[in-house]
Formats: sequence, structure tokens, C-alpha cells
Amino acid sequence: MLKDKDRIFTNLYGLQEWDIHGAEARGDWDNTKALIEMGSDKIIEIIKDSGLRGRGGAGFPTGLKWSFMPKESDGRPHYLVVNADEGEPGTCKDRDIMRNDPHKLLEGCLLAGFAMGAHVAYIYIRGEFINEARRLESAIISAQKNGYLGKNACGSGWDFNIYVHRGAGAYICGEETALIESLEGKKGQPRLKPPFPANMGLWGCPTTVNNVESIAVVPTILRRGSSWFSGLGRPKNSGTKVFCISGHVNSPCNVEEEMGIPLKELIERHAGGVRGGWDNLKAIIPGGSSVPMIPKSICDTVLMDFDSLSSVKSGLGTAAVIVMDKSTDLISSIARLSKFYMHESCGQCTPCREGTGWMWRVMKRLEKGDADLEEIDTLLDVASQVEGHTICAHGDASAWPIQGLIRHFRSEVEERIINFKKQDIESINNPKRAA
Amino acid sequence: MPKIKINDQEVNVENGITILQACESIGIEIPRFCYHEKLAIAGNCRMCLVEMEKSPKPIASCAMPVTDGMVITTNSPLVKKARNGVMEFLLINHPLDCPICDQGGECDLQDQAMSYGRDKNRFSENKRAVKDKNLGPLIKTVMTRCIHCTRCVRFAQDVAGVSELGATGRGEEMEIDTFIEKTISSELSGNIIDLCPVGALTSKPYAFEARSWELSKTETIDIHDALGSNIRVDTRGREVKRVLPRINEEINEEWISDKTRFAYDGLGCKRLDRPWVKKNNKLVESEWSDAFDVIAKKIQNTESNKIAAIVGDLADCESIFSLKKLFNIIGSPHTDCRQDGSVIDSSFRGSYIFNSEVCGIDKADFILLVGCDPRWEAPILNSRIRKRYLTGDLDVALIGSLPNRENGLTYPYSDLGSDPSVLNEIASGKHEITNKINSANFPMIIIGNSAVCRPDSSAIIFRIREISEKYNIVRGDWNGFNFMSSVASRVGALDLGFVPGQGGYDFNSIIENSENGNLDIVYLLGADEFSVDKLTNSFVIYQGHHGDIGARNADVILPGAAYTEKNATYVNLEGKVQRALKATFPPNEAREDWTIIRALSSVINSPLPFNNLVELRSLMENEHPIFSKIDLFQPQEWKEFGIDGAINKKSLGFSIRDFYMTNPITRASHTMGLCKNEYEKRIKSINS
Repeated sequence: MLKDKDRIFTNLYGLQEWDIHGAEARGDWDNTKALIEMGSDKIIEIIKDSGLRGRGGAGFPTGLKWSFMPKESDGRPHYLVVNADEGEPGTCKDRDIMRNDPHKLLEGCLLAGFAMGAHVAYIYIRGEFINEARRLESAIISAQKNGYLGKNACGSGWDFNIYVHRGAGAYICGEETALIESLEGKKGQPRLKPPFPANMGLWGCPTTVNNVESIAVVPTILRRGSSWFSGLGRPKNSGTKVFCISGHVNSPCNVEEEMGIPLKELIERHAGGVRGGWDNLKAIIPGGSSVPMIPKSICDTVLMDFDSLSSVKSGLGTAAVIVMDKSTDLISSIARLSKFYMHESCGQCTPCREGTGWMWRVMKRLEKGDADLEEIDTLLDVASQVEGHTICAHGDASAWPIQGLIRHFRSEVEERIINFKKQDIESINNPKRAA
Repeated sequence: MPKIKINDQEVNVENGITILQACESIGIEIPRFCYHEKLAIAGNCRMCLVEMEKSPKPIASCAMPVTDGMVITTNSPLVKKARNGVMEFLLINHPLDCPICDQGGECDLQDQAMSYGRDKNRFSENKRAVKDKNLGPLIKTVMTRCIHCTRCVRFAQDVAGVSELGATGRGEEMEIDTFIEKTISSELSGNIIDLCPVGALTSKPYAFEARSWELSKTETIDIHDALGSNIRVDTRGREVKRVLPRINEEINEEWISDKTRFAYDGLGCKRLDRPWVKKNNKLVESEWSDAFDVIAKKIQNTESNKIAAIVGDLADCESIFSLKKLFNIIGSPHTDCRQDGSVIDSSFRGSYIFNSEVCGIDKADFILLVGCDPRWEAPILNSRIRKRYLTGDLDVALIGSLPNRENGLTYPYSDLGSDPSVLNEIASGKHEITNKINSANFPMIIIGNSAVCRPDSSAIIFRIREISEKYNIVRGDWNGFNFMSSVASRVGALDLGFVPGQGGYDFNSIIENSENGNLDIVYLLGADEFSVDKLTNSFVIYQGHHGDIGARNADVILPGAAYTEKNATYVNLEGKVQRALKATFPPNEAREDWTIIRALSSVINSPLPFNNLVELRSLMENEHPIFSKIDLFQPQEWKEFGIDGAINKKSLGFSIRDFYMTNPITRASHTMGLCKNEYEKRIKSINS
């Protein structure tokens, strides 16, 4: 369990002041100049050594991502873009960070931006987060007033500005290249890669897109050193992570914990346990709606980090733990997620545009059981035709929940089909009783 | 040169090409829908997926550049499964209404479904239906068939330069639409019909007219502007059913303008299909022999210097040559091919052709337009300038004005005003634009026809030549002096010397003298673009294919052949000699034009020295050697031309006021009429 002294987000619950005084009291903006004076190479090296992996879902090593940015500008400006378009169902960690600890993010922007030679950062915030956007904006203003941002930020000699840009509610704009398109004022559709954003990103300039949490932990890592951070968790899965626990638990919450904490411990210790006890658990979606669910048998032992979860064919994703007890209609739940992914597909790539709708329609019928048994395999096949065949990962995200369901609960799906057929035959044989 | 491995075959490929291109270079065909050589890469159809070593997912070969050491597989089970999957997805919401679809037989989806489609349908849900869109009188839409490849969107954006098409909605609800329910305002819009890989966008005039396999295809040359776009004319029986572009990278790439594509229905209307002779002040149908007799009698009773000839915009070189020969025999010097009254000098070829070639635009980094509106006078040339603009570092400046339309040109330009005397400032180096000309490596000047239809034209031309020489626009390795003709016959006619001979009248004098009664006979070879009412004092012979303006006051009408109905030679604005082929026959009694003149020469007892096309052409090539080089650009030695003089401040204009109504064929075309109406409606809504 994470010790209080190792906590990064000490105001995750908003019990203290969120504003600049509160932030300063918590140690933010404390001699940031000294951190900048370490130099950009050193900063990137520390982040690399810390083993920080991107907190937005894919888990790409953050330091490595930063090192892809050109060392010297070729005349084009560099940009840091913070992805605050938190839209993954089940996830609400960035929202709390921005609501209660916005200065951590701003300080992180300055340090990350400096390390990558950017003078400007854009925070692309989900449009629905109205209060969070306001808080960010007011935090930026007070940081500017205090000389932490703007010209000669923190007295470091580095000019740095942060702008908040509000999205308009499309889930796909959380995909980094779609986010860039949207930021440019275009329709949010993922771009082809290559060229990668580090080479041709926002307005054709070198750009790095990072998740809010990835950036907000940077100042603390730099202050406390890479070995402190990498000493937490397990190798290659180090540090702390904000977990969002929702669903059938006694007290849903956001909690910062060490990476690699057992899932069961996470739920029992922080979320008051599964409703009706651990044995009442049916399945858990461990990393936000797009990762495949895992049944109780796996939940008993699995550790909450990138590699452990991918070894059980799921993923850490955004670490949004969605708990479903035995009262849950899993098929219906996944059908709902399918509808979400259909609705949010940008429509660019054929497999995702056509496949998500097809999968949802089949799922709708499976929910009732109004299908043939063979259709389960057809559905799996369709999902495999979508997965991995699209420009961005939306196709994968729409296929995985279905694959997870059928992988672990195929018998339940089959049972429903058989029951439906039985009822059908009964209603034909005994029309009165059925009525 | 990177070395890559495709299906165990090692190949050296060019740097910077994509995997798809690399595969094509060794003859491996990659299926595709969204990819098109001439458009930006979208990578969204996902049909071209291939397997790449070290990549867990298949990759879109159309978008992935080759790098050294890549190992590509295009025939693995993974690739096959991916493609079959994409094909299945494309078909689930496609209506499969091939029997009633005009794309049938030339449909990419149909063709590729043969190789990649499943034999069974697994999709048991309802298909999506999409409301059709109104894209104007040219493009028919059946949007349910759309597979969202976005080729049309990218064409409109990049090539046509009008951002009027786009994809609205997302996911399944994504639709291709003009955002605000208006029609497309591009003169290149018809090309999206060719680009559409399915039957979502088809030709409205061609709807349900024919199946592609029923048509005979003739590769020929377009005459609606001076560019000489390479086209294919599809006919069934005697009727032209449609016109499509042919690929010629140096001229029209693979685009044609809407006029070229859709004016063909004018070939079937208002045709002159038999000779007419005026009797008792009324034209009556007659026989060839009667018509010739009337003409012969008239010519024999007229002094030779009271006979004049004017050649129109669509005339072919063979007929111009024959007419010139005939007038030599008659002994009249009064011949002119410039029915717009232009005074362009025919003595030096370099002064009236597009010396840089159209493909030279790709190289240019500064373009000065003088009195020309490339967008309407040569739309394809204009799209070439836009293409060059999109690659960056191109400055365009315009001296002159543009017609009243929604958007001026399809690229930004600096407006130097319409007063041509600004040329004096440029020549003396006082104008700020000279900095740009000086810093350009391949500067280019394009002169429009309106600059040479003025009293001070030779001064303008002189000044431009001076500028060209002073700023290295014309030098050993580069000739940036370009004259852009706007009509198809002009360069050829000038090459053949169809201009006033010694003491001959030019166009304006012919009109004047006819009005004064000094000319007894005026022979019009398809000349329709001026007011013929002034010719009432003369005996007018009109030879042409349409009962248009020129035929209105004629005393004798000789029915000729339109461009699709004769084997003929045209010289395009670059001076390239191109051959048009006969796709169909002239209607009824109408004949190929040179044969009419040849026959007439016999009737007046001075037969021309050729009896067939081969003899005619060899004589023409003998007298004018440039005609022996077909399809080749022939660079010209630089010479002096133009006359120094004052340039007056009268503003420079443009040559085409109404894009859809520029010649007898377009005026007879119902489709062009609809386009004109649509265009006027749009202009009205802007102005109101």
C-alpha cells in the first residue's frame, strides 16, 4: 500500500485549497527554476529513468516519447499538448487532478515544455468539464501573476505560456492526432502515422501529446528523483497511479495507489469491497471501457499494472476499474458499450465505421438471445476484422469488450440464445400462456 | 535507393515512394479505393493493407513510405483476411443495386468484390440508407452507394480549389455533402464522377444512357479551350454518349473541365445537316451542287479583292489550310483568324505560344498574369497553377480584372490593379513586385487574349518582352514568356498564316468594309463570335456545324463537321500539334470541312492540289514543317517582337464572360444551359 509520504496528488479529494496558495503550501512551484536549470537533457533522462509510462491508456514510456522531439528547432516552434479530453467511460482521474490540483499540471507543463523546447502548451480539455476549465484558466492567470508562467517563467529565462482549449464532446478527440486536428479547428479525425506528431504535429510542427496525469507527476518525479519513482511498483511498471473505482462497490472512489497493487486489495481497501462481498463479484473491466473484462477467477490474483493485465489478455488502460457483481447483465452492459463505440466512431476507416454498427446490432440481439449460436462466432470474426485494421485504436477499443465477454462468458451468451429459442417455441405451442 | 523485400523478392526502389507504389513497380497489384495517384493520401478505406515485418498490425500500404530493409508480404493469410474483411464491411451497407447503377461495368467495388468478396452474406441487419444530395445539373448522386473514400472531397479541396464538399456527421452517419446544401461552384466538378470508385457520383446527363461495354471509344482531342485536353469520346451508333479525359501528364494530367465533358449534347442540337441557299431573302434547303453553283457564280463575278474570309474558334488546321490555299488561288489577301479583333503578331511563333509548356508551371515560382483569367480561359491550366501553389513557395500576381463569380482564382494572388501601364513601372524596376520577380528562379508571365485585343497591344507585348528579357524570364534554360490563347483554332491558324496578306484587311477592317459595301463576299469558316449583322451588305458564305450566330445572315450555308466527326489536326496553346480522330459521322449531308473547300475549288475551276487527307497533310507539312512533329513541344528561338509605344490606362479585362457559353456547341447544349442558370442563380444569391 502506498505510504502517505509517497503520495503525489495530496489534494486529490479537494480537502485543501485548490488555488495557488494551497498549491504552494503543498510544495508546487517550489524553486521550479532549479528544476529547469538541470537542463532539458537531464530532465528527459530523469523521466526515462523513472520508468514513467503514459497514463492515458497505451502506456508508452513518457521519457522516450519526449526524446523523439527534435533536439534543436529547425525554425518551427515546438508544442506541448496536454490531453485532458478524458472521455473513456469509467475514468475520472484527470478531472479530479484538474479540479483540485491544477497547479501540478501547470508546473508539469512548464517542465515538460521546457524539456522539449516548447514555449507553448495547449491543454485540450473535454468540453463537459466546465468548472475544471474555469479552474485551470484561473490557475493559469494566478501563475502568470506570480511569475511562474509567461515571460521568463519562474525566473528561468524560459518563456512559457499555457492555453486552455475546450473540446466539443467527441470521444475520438482524445486520440492524440484527432486531438491535434480538432485543436487546429478541423473535424476530429485521427491522422495517418507516419509522420508522427513529434515530427509533424500541431500545424505541422513538432508536437508531443501527453495525458494530464503523465504531465502532473513530472514535477514531483524531478524533485524526488527517478529512483524514488521507479522504486515504487514493479520493474517496467513503476510509480504511483490514480485508480478510478466504480460500479458495484460499496464506496466508489478515485485513489492514488502504487502500481502493481493486487486488484482485490485495491477494491477491498479503498472502495469498501464489492457490494455483497468479494464472492458476489462477477467480472471487472480493469482499465476503462475499452479493455476486455476479466472474470472473478482472474480478479482474485491479478496485479494492477500494464504487464500483469496484458498477460491476462486485458489492459491497464486508464486504470478505471469497473466492478460488476452477480446481478449484472454482462451482455447488456457490453451491448451498451458497443453502442457507445458506434456512436463515437469518426467514420473515417471502413472497418470501424461499418463494423461498430454491425457489432452493436448483433449485440442488441444477443442481449435478448434473438440470434443463432453460430452468430457468436460471426461476431468474434467481425470483431477480429475491425481490430487492428484501422488508423487509430478506436477499432480495437470497439472490438475488445466484445472479445472479452465472449472469451469468458460465452456459456452465458449461448444460454440466453437457447432460452430465447425455447420461449419462442413455447409461445408457438401455447399462444395463450405466452400472452 | 532503399532496398526492400516484397514477397521474398528483393527490389531497389526510389526514395520517398510508398509501399503501394513499390509493389506496383514490380507488378504486384494492391487493391484500393481511397488512394488515387493525383490526390492527397487519406488512408481510410483500409483496402490496401499489407503485412510488414515487425509490425503487429497490417499497415496501409498507400500511406507508408518505404524505408531500407523493409520486409513486406502481400499474399499472406493475414493480408487476405484483412482485405476480405474490409470488402465485407464495404458491402454490408452498399445497396448492391448494380443492375440499375450507371457505374456497372466500370466500378472498382464491383471489380474488387470479384477478387476479395465473400460468396455469402453474413449481415442480417437492415442496410443504411442515405439521402441523395443536389450537386447541380452535372452530377447525379446516389449517396447510399457511397463508400466514404473521400476522393471527391480531396479533389474539390486540392485540385478544384473549392472547399465546398466535405464529410458531415461521424461513424455510420458520416455523409458526403456540400455543407450548406448548395451545388458545387467549380468548373472542374465533373472529374469527381471519374474519381468516385462506386456509383455514388455519376453523370446526370449520361444517366441510364448506355452501359460502358456498349460504347465505342475514340481517343481524340478537345476543342472547347485552347489547352487541347486529351479526351476519349464514347459513342453508341452515331451519338456521342459521353466524353472522358485521357491521361496526358504534360497537358491535362487526368482532368477535363465541365465544358469539355458535358457540352457534347450540343452536338445533337441545332445542327446544320444540309446546304441552305437564300432565295427571295429566305433560306431554303438545297443540294450541294446548287449551293456550290451559287457560290461559284458569285465568286466568278466578283473582283478578287472584294472577297474576305474569317476563320472561327473551332476550325481544324486542315480546313484552315485549305481555305488559305483557296484564297491564294482566288487572289484575295483579306483573310483573318482573329474574330475577337486581337492583333497578336503571327510572324514570330514564340510570341503566341505557351513557351514554358503547361508542365513548366510545376517548376515556376513566380507567375504574373496579364489580362488573363486562367480559371475560365483554361481551367485545367489553372488547376496546374493551384497544384504548384499547394507545393509551396509560389507567388502569383495579376494585372487585370476577373469576371464576377464566387471566388476569383483558386489560389491567392496579389492584385496589381487592372491598369496595364503598371507594366512600365515593372519594366523600369520601380514596382515592388520586381523584387519578387528578381528573387524567383523560374519566373513566368502568362498573357491573356484580352491583352492583345486593344489598340495599344503591341506596346503591351513590347513592354512584356522587355520585362522578360530584363528579369531573366527568358534565358537559355527557361522561357517564361507565355501567351495563353483561349480558343482551339488560334495557334494553328497563326501557324498556317491565316492572317491578312499584303494589303489585306484584318478582322476589324473586314467588318468595316463589309458594312461600307466594299466587300462583296465574306466567307465564314465557323466564325460565330461576333455580330454578323454588320455583314448584311455582303454575300455571306457560312461553313460550319451549328446554326448559330454565323449562320444567321448567311446567303449560303455549307454544313461541316464538328470536332468529334472528323480526322483533324489542332495545335494547342503550347504549340503542340495534336491529332483528333473521328468518333462518329457528320449528320446527313454534312461533310468534313476540308473536303467541302476542296470540292468548292473544283467548282470554281481551280482545284486544290490534293485529293485526300494524306496528300493534304503532306502538303501542309511541306509548307509548314511544324506540323510534321505530332504531340511534341517545339521550343522557339527568341526574337524581337512588339512595338514600343504608349500603354493607355484603359483597364485590362478577361476573354470569357460566360464560361458555359463560349462556342456554338456549348450554346446548343442543354446541359451547358442548365449550368449557366445554376451559375447565375448562385451569383444572384451572393449579390442579394
